[in-house]
Amino acid sequence: MKILLMGNPNVGKSVLFSRLTGVKAIVSNYPGTTVDFTKGFMKLGEDQVEVIDVPGTYTLEPTCEAEQVAAKMLMDGDIVINVVDATNLERNLYLTLELLERQKPVIVALNMWDDTKHRGIDINVSKLEELLKVPVVPTVALTGEGIKELVKRIPQAASPPQSLRTPDERWAVVGRVASQVQMRYHRHHTLLEHLGDASIKPVPGLLIAAMVIFSSFIIVRFIGESLITYLAEPFFNKVWAPLIMRLSDLLGSSGLLHDILVGKLINGEIDFTQSFGVLSTGVFIPFGAVLPYVLSFYLVLDFLEDLGYLPRLAVLLDNLMHRVGLHGYAIIPTMLGLGCNVPAILATRILESKRERFIAATLISIGVPCAALQAMIFGLVGAQGMEYVAMVYGTLFVVWAVLGFILNLTVKGFSPELLIEIPPYRLPKLRPSISKLRMRISGFLREAVPIVFLGIFIITLLYASGVFDHIASFFAPVVSGLFGLPKEAVSAIAIGFLRKDMAVGMLGTLSLSAGQLVIGSVVLAMFFPCIASFVILARELGTRDMLKATGIMIVATLAVGGLLNLLL
Amino acid sequence: MDTKQGKQISVARMAAGQSGTVLQILGGYGLTRRLQALGVRPGKKLTKISSMFGHGPVTVRVDDTQIAIGFGMADKIIVELDSR
Repeated sequence: MKILLMGNPNVGKSVLFSRLTGVKAIVSNYPGTTVDFTKGFMKLGEDQVEVIDVPGTYTLEPTCEAEQVAAKMLMDGDIVINVVDATNLERNLYLTLELLERQKPVIVALNMWDDTKHRGIDINVSKLEELLKVPVVPTVALTGEGIKELVKRIPQAASPPQSLRTPDERWAVVGRVASQVQMRYHRHHTLLEHLGDASIKPVPGLLIAAMVIFSSFIIVRFIGESLITYLAEPFFNKVWAPLIMRLSDLLGSSGLLHDILVGKLINGEIDFTQSFGVLSTGVFIPFGAVLPYVLSFYLVLDFLEDLGYLPRLAVLLDNLMHRVGLHGYAIIPTMLGLGCNVPAILATRILESKRERFIAATLISIGVPCAALQAMIFGLVGAQGMEYVAMVYGTLFVVWAVLGFILNLTVKGFSPELLIEIPPYRLPKLRPSISKLRMRISGFLREAVPIVFLGIFIITLLYASGVFDHIASFFAPVVSGLFGLPKEAVSAIAIGFLRKDMAVGMLGTLSLSAGQLVIGSVVLAMFFPCIASFVILARELGTRDMLKATGIMIVATLAVGGLLNLLL
Repeated sequence: MDTKQGKQISVARMAAGQSGTVLQILGGYGLTRRLQALGVRPGKKLTKISSMFGHGPVTVRVDDTQIAIGFGMADKIIVELDSR
């Protein structure tokens, strides 16, 4: 049996989904589309039944790809749990009527029930049940309220006889039902609502946005640094280093196996940033240097997302984003890119046109450094002075803007206008936020750790076999002539294809000047996406557009790297 | 701008804080349907919350939903202003 969760976007469908199914969920792609959906299982009586979180849709007469998929998925469902935003009854009931007309058994989850009280809405649930002739259960997915009752009543899902209606007739019915079951009484704006209105007006809005972005930056850095200073560094220096030293002694302090596992000893000691062994640097980079920042970045981003701030930022920055051929909503994938480019490029799917997706994905992979890369830039370049870090960020921002401006003028097609719902602010709840954070972190570890190990393994082999010198001297003219970096930096740039954080780590072993570090960091950030984003880029854009994006990337990197070398 | 009661103007030209009733949407089937799905359709009461300068997006409240609409689209939604 298949149970479908269907409803408008932003009604808490996904939270309800994880309440019903627990943690084990599988994300799959709907064949032949760019639309993903989530699948899981729940116990219903004695049976295990399949539960599908269908992409959010306003109507079964599709207006976009995700809605097409939703309409198609309805065909193979056995029961529909229609998730309805109780604070937005009228608009949500339109889909309910459409679902009923398809004659599938429906049960309504009247979600966000807790919000109705302070929003001055009073809904007569039994009256609504009587009018719709299907079970209606008030729920609060965030806290779990009403979920048991919902599950208990799933078998009662019904498909009462319906007449087929035109959209206008449907709206008329919806209006009638809503006026019979819903009472609105006057109440004062809450503080959150005042804040919500202020943050979307131009002057206070932009001030608030500047404050939010600035303080997010400070908080990410504060949490990341604290985790490093009080957890990661003590652990690595006091616990891990002695263990590896003992291993080094056991292996006789030299030899190929020693170099692969422990790396080179610097003055007879392990140096976690310079030794470059699988168990020294290979463990330190993902866990000691990068993970603290990834953790604190997602902590802050998830908070802003769950609060509902991001759509407001989209409205405020819409003008700016139009200059680079995108609309404001593209700020969401761009912000995600500051965490990791892979989910960011996937998130460009929320943009409507192919042109926008191309521009957004290209700009993200060239101009938006991921958290891992940023962590290393802060660690390495920051040691020379924060003004150099600012130089790296400033350059990348200018590159992003100029490149976007050029792409906007040259890429054919047009970019549609913004049309989005602005959800009210909601204070994030701890439990769903933690489970989301856990998913992101395990995703990062699964992806990063094996590749860092592999990368270090490859570097060590290349060095030991001497192949490396050939590669280095082949690319030396570009690297030393154009970028003004020593020819050993070639290896770092090559490794950047695997993991950029590791590549910056390698720059650290070359004793570069501050200016060279800035050039190296910018070149690494812009040049070739890491292998994971490369694969996603090819999958999302198709081979031809991916090659185009890569070409743009190479030309831009050469130009900017060369220019910086002249200036610094 | 004349903002007397009963005057018909587009949402893009309303002042922040003004309310009105949607009369018609001067767009094709696609635009009409997308706006309808978000709750903007003839007969609906709508309040403008804000607009960004330089022909940026316009934010309105319909029922209990806030939506942001690009300037060009907002210029195609015609409302009749309420009396104050």
